[in-house]
Amino acid sequence: MKRATVQGGGHTDRGQGCRKNLQPTTLIRSRCLVPGKKLFLSQSHYLFLFFLLGTFSLPGRAVEPSQGADNDTCLACHSDKTLSTKRGAQTVSLFVDGKKFSASVHSGLSCTSCHADLEGKDLPHDTPLKKVNCGTCHTQEYEQHSRSLHGKAVARGDPLAPRCVDCHGNHDILPIKDSRSAVAPLKVPFVCGRCHREGTPVQTSRKIDQHDILENYSESIHGEGLLKKGLIVAPNCASCHTPHSILPHTDPNSSIARRNIATTCTKCHAQIEEVHRKTIKGELWEKKSHMLPACVDCHQPHKVRKVFYTQGMADADCLRCHSNEHLKSSDGRVMFMRASEVAGSRHAKVACSQCHSEVNASRVRPCETITHKVDCASCHAEIGQLYQRSTHGQLLAKNDPNAPTCKECHGTHHVLGRHDPQSFTFATNVPTLCGRCHREGQKAALRYVGTQHEIIQHYTESIHGKGLLKSGLTVTATCNNCHTAHSVLPTSDPNSTVNPKNLPATCGACHHGIQEQFVQSVHSTLITKTDKELPVCSDCHSAHSIRRTDEAGFKLDIMDRCGRCHEQIAVTYFETYHGKVSRLGYTKTAKCYDCHGAHDILRVTDPRSHLSRANVVATCQKCHATATRRFAGYLTHATHHDPKKYPFLFWSFWGMTVLLIGTFLVGGVHTLLWLPRAIQMRRKLRAAEEREKAASSLSPEQASTSAAEDD
Amino acid sequence: MATEVEIRAPEGQMTSRQLAERKAPEREFVRFTRLQRTLHACMIVSFLSLALTGLSLKFSYTGWAVTLSHLVGGFQTAGFIHRTAALVMFGTFITHLVDLYRLKKQEYGSWRKLLLGPNTMLPTRQDWKQFAATMKWFVGAGPRPQYGRWTYWEKFDYFAVFWGIFIIGSSGLTLWFPIFFTHFLPGSFINVATIIHSDEALLATGFIFTVHFFNTHLRPEKFPMDTTVFTGHVPLAELKRDTPLEYEALVASGQLEAYLEEPQPEIVVKTIRVFAWIALGIGFSIVVWIIYAMLFAYR
Repeated sequence: MKRATVQGGGHTDRGQGCRKNLQPTTLIRSRCLVPGKKLFLSQSHYLFLFFLLGTFSLPGRAVEPSQGADNDTCLACHSDKTLSTKRGAQTVSLFVDGKKFSASVHSGLSCTSCHADLEGKDLPHDTPLKKVNCGTCHTQEYEQHSRSLHGKAVARGDPLAPRCVDCHGNHDILPIKDSRSAVAPLKVPFVCGRCHREGTPVQTSRKIDQHDILENYSESIHGEGLLKKGLIVAPNCASCHTPHSILPHTDPNSSIARRNIATTCTKCHAQIEEVHRKTIKGELWEKKSHMLPACVDCHQPHKVRKVFYTQGMADADCLRCHSNEHLKSSDGRVMFMRASEVAGSRHAKVACSQCHSEVNASRVRPCETITHKVDCASCHAEIGQLYQRSTHGQLLAKNDPNAPTCKECHGTHHVLGRHDPQSFTFATNVPTLCGRCHREGQKAALRYVGTQHEIIQHYTESIHGKGLLKSGLTVTATCNNCHTAHSVLPTSDPNSTVNPKNLPATCGACHHGIQEQFVQSVHSTLITKTDKELPVCSDCHSAHSIRRTDEAGFKLDIMDRCGRCHEQIAVTYFETYHGKVSRLGYTKTAKCYDCHGAHDILRVTDPRSHLSRANVVATCQKCHATATRRFAGYLTHATHHDPKKYPFLFWSFWGMTVLLIGTFLVGGVHTLLWLPRAIQMRRKLRAAEEREKAASSLSPEQASTSAAEDD
Repeated sequence: MATEVEIRAPEGQMTSRQLAERKAPEREFVRFTRLQRTLHACMIVSFLSLALTGLSLKFSYTGWAVTLSHLVGGFQTAGFIHRTAALVMFGTFITHLVDLYRLKKQEYGSWRKLLLGPNTMLPTRQDWKQFAATMKWFVGAGPRPQYGRWTYWEKFDYFAVFWGIFIIGSSGLTLWFPIFFTHFLPGSFINVATIIHSDEALLATGFIFTVHFFNTHLRPEKFPMDTTVFTGHVPLAELKRDTPLEYEALVASGQLEAYLEEPQPEIVVKTIRVFAWIALGIGFSIVVWIIYAMLFAYR
């Protein structure tokens, strides 16, 4: 700032710009230089010109003599180190180092090329001179600057506003690639930092949101790269803010505006969206930038380091209002946010604005620009995709009021990881969580039309439910282990984990050994090619009421389960001893799987089968320790109703039946014929007894006499 | 009950004092020896046990079977009871054969006399004649035949037991020791044995609990119960009426007096009645169960 006043009349342009835009010859011929004109310079100006002459005469420099002569005229006065003038209260040196000028990018120019108001003037000239207009040559930069924050401040007459010279210097401007240049990459932070560091008038009296900019930058990964490692490709201030188009981030044209920030960062971090694909879907990067947090939401400006994400951009600003317990929205919703909820959550290190994106920090209420609900998928992109394909997500897409969104299961600010016992999604809490909707009578259960009912209750009583809730085994399968957490789909959906096609793999996630056996068995679709439906885990074990297989309930039920498909086999099983005993409710007898195997069922013709010729005796011996091969000839599925397959049994049965019917016929007819005769006989006997009784009551003496005789 | 009152009518009119004073009421004919009565009781106990436990397996598809099986303590206990009862029945059968041998030795002297005498259990020509005559009587074409010591239906029942013991016993042993039997029989014979065992058992139980019950216990003239087989005694009047040929033969040979005994004490008769009613009750329940299982719940 001070320098700006001191060097008020200096050149402020970069050599590069001039070279690019105008050829030296053109410069000479047209506007920059007018040879032969007499300059009227003050004493000091003459000194300056002399100095310039000397400089240009140096070997290796192609300088036109006429020019040198002009500049020499100026240096005649301005090479005097003591030449100075008073501006207000300050003494300003008017010394021009001819040596430095001749080394500068502008060495090919005459003094009047910049100090155009001296053109044709008598020397010594009047003071003060007009300010040099670098824009005469550096048109583009000049325009950028004049539209920028800095340029506007200049236009306002802000005494702190930086002009070209404040950054570039005046007579000693060097090419940017020259490390001695004032705006060489390594120096830029300090050039900017002259104003933008703590304690400067700019930082204290002008509205600048960022603090400790230079310090933070120098500690950031960018600053470290540049300043400590000397990587001149590391970004400096101008890399993000541009050299001349410096605009506030609230300006939509600014390189650091929310919608441009990604473009700015990707100038260097090309394809960074590929890296962030997990958290930010690549295609959302530009299409839906409003859905996404901007780079700076996570990677704080100026603090870009490994410690990034630690602080919210404006958490404190949010809490200024939202820590008020009585805060309500216009439609009456409670807008109070307990800071401790987030602090204790998985998102403790996530800033408010990372989820509640679209905030605009330049507003008094930064949140008033928010138009969308929190989209968790902006970070949890993969999960978001799964959710969208799930039944839950499909309901949401249809705007179904019953549709559960992320927060229904995970909560809002107090999101906890699924390994936190306090979390809704902790294994032991999952049945309750899902039960909120899927318990009988609740909204999901009401709209459900399938065959599974009282799901939660059945689950609780199942082996999984008991394992989880009674034994507290958090590794036990709970809802999401089978149905997944985010890809919940109905059984009928071929992508569902509980679709029969996928179920063996789903159960196999834990019961791997069983799955290995199962996929080799006759029930596996890999082995048996049929258009009939083959059973999967749930057909025998059920879905939600899975029981212990070593308890009576399962053991007795399994025959009926097998019998649903193997109807005839089950019927005949129940005609034999094993089946009859099991019908009585006892399990200590051969059940389907005792002979056929449970998951490793193979065709009897398969030599590996439990019932193959080689193995059958051993299979019988599991129960009948001394079983022989002939004993194994017992027909476990025999029926006496099949004369072709089991003629022995058929004829035995009918032989016995004929005997039985014959005997009963004879006996029955005999008895039935006898019955009326017997009744007749009984009547006669009764009548005779009646008569006898009557006779004895007529002569009681006789009776007593006979009794006495007996004595 | 009515019959009981009638039979006991003379006693019923007496006071208890008079009853106590009475030393020798009408003496009764001894039809069955103590051993025979004991064997019959053993038969009843073992037969009912076999029937209940066996049918619970045969009709395992009925709720009754399940309840019964649990009631006796499970199918293993039921099986144990079944086999124990089978042993009791085998014992009864063998004891009877031994008794026959003793009878031959002590009372008849030779098998010929035992088997071909007038009191033989073997069917004779007279039995056929009596059967024909009975049929005539049934249809009202003749008088009631004069039966002897053993009627043809009693002989039938007697040999039905022989047949039953042989058939059910042998098939039962096959099922009891299947591994032993399959050393010389094919495995499928266990299936055959199962059919024979179970159907023959159905025949036995069905026949005993209907025809036999009617023939010997429930005939209207004896209703509700003939306790002869338990007490061993038949009132002389009944002997004359039911088996007049035997009575006449006894009178003719003058041996009647030797077979007369005083009636069993009241308490013994009462106990016998309780036992017999229980047996009858179980028997009838089984019949109801069989009918239900065969006709309404058959699978």
